[in-house]
Amino acid sequence: MSDELEKLSFEQAIGELEVTVQRLEGGDLSLAEAIALYERGMHLAQHCNDVLDAAELQVQELAQPGSGPEA
Amino acid sequence: MQYQFPSFQPPSPDPDPQAPTHGVWTVSDLTLYIKERLELDPELMDLQLVGEISNLTRAASGHLYFTLKDAEAAISCVMWRAAAERLRWQPEHGAAALARGHISVYPPRGSYQLYVDDLKPAGLGDLHARFEELKGRLMAEGLFEAERKRPLPAFPRVVGIVTSPQAAALRDVLNVLHRRYPLARALLAPTQVQGDQAPPQIVAALQAIDARKDVDVILLVRGGGSLEDLWAFNDERVARAIAACRHPVVSGVGHETDFTIADFVADLRAPTPSAAAELAVPDRAELQQLIVTGKERLVAGMERRLAHVRQSLQENRRSLQRLSPYTRLATHRQQVDDLTQRASRALAYNLNLRRSALEGVEARLAALSPLATLDRGYAIVRLTDSGEVVRSTGQVCAGDVLAIRVKDGEFGAVAASGSQQESERVRE
Repeated sequence: MSDELEKLSFEQAIGELEVTVQRLEGGDLSLAEAIALYERGMHLAQHCNDVLDAAELQVQELAQPGSGPEA
Repeated sequence: MQYQFPSFQPPSPDPDPQAPTHGVWTVSDLTLYIKERLELDPELMDLQLVGEISNLTRAASGHLYFTLKDAEAAISCVMWRAAAERLRWQPEHGAAALARGHISVYPPRGSYQLYVDDLKPAGLGDLHARFEELKGRLMAEGLFEAERKRPLPAFPRVVGIVTSPQAAALRDVLNVLHRRYPLARALLAPTQVQGDQAPPQIVAALQAIDARKDVDVILLVRGGGSLEDLWAFNDERVARAIAACRHPVVSGVGHETDFTIADFVADLRAPTPSAAAELAVPDRAELQQLIVTGKERLVAGMERRLAHVRQSLQENRRSLQRLSPYTRLATHRQQVDDLTQRASRALAYNLNLRRSALEGVEARLAALSPLATLDRGYAIVRLTDSGEVVRSTGQVCAGDVLAIRVKDGEFGAVAASGSQQESERVRE
């Protein structure tokens, strides 16, 4: 999978997947275009799954406003 | 309560002194009649009224004139100097206040008003009244309007959480986020959620988290509690801080049945903290299903596409075949084959025909052949020298060598006698 795909956020990837699927379903494409879309879509789906599988909730705490730095 | 409008025939048992004697009121009489009716009404004789102070004027005389209002209505109020001097606070325009007094009419203007004996800032003891007052006021300002509500992002990357770090509500929210959408980062802005210090802290926490550029949605949550426990979420400062947030805010305060001002101002109200987290993020399982569906649609789309291409390929190939010179050549070749076959068939037929004819002739020939006679025991005798067939004795001299033909062959013989001399041999 390409580096470019790795950089996509989940939101971007799943959004692009939806658009890709719709374009492929829409037809009116050359075979080369269709194949490219198909491969792109499959990579996007894989990327989305990978992101979902690998995700771990991160929790971060802001310093309490108005309290001292020792808080 | 229903006001009794004066009739032209006043009630006879206790006729009002101002009642008209000839069926026609004077303005003063009617005003006095109404004034008395209001002053005698037990509900209106002594009442408490909560509302927002507006149009406040302090006359040179020391009397206070103002209006108490809420979202829909307003009532004129007057507080005489004696009562006004007893106030230990400064009523201001916009302040929520609780007035005590009675309703009466000011005849010169024909207006009913509240004659206030005591006026208090709407205090902690009047939580419900204050709630209604603030709610009415903010609603009038349009802070609860549906058009103000912003949509939540579909896939928030950073979820801001404004709550107490010790609270069970935080744990609930984090659990839900972890289970449903661990892609998100949870950013906690800690604050007290109860007590006098809570409202300014909540405001500060909201502002701090809203200032972050990476935040996509803010959850303002607190677990269940009494009306007093939840009171910070009915604070006007908190309400205005929510309204001022650039990012959408989801409120989840208390239980299903608890409604706070924060709920009304928030972009989305959730019944509980957990529900707030659920509303704020998509569900991982649903997303995975979405991806599976997406892949299926990709495959189906591709297969349809390929089938289409394959079909047109097939059609083109057929057309090509139809138009190919090789096809025509093959046709010609076949024509040649056809003709060749027909020719050889015709030839064979012809030959057969002739062969049959020949056989017929042969049969006839055979029937005429002397050989058939030989079969019956006759012999053909020829002179070996001349090959002449001997038909008469005159042809043979003694000593002539003869060839005798019988059915199955020939043998030689010498004539033992003859009818003539060699010299007199008859010539055929």
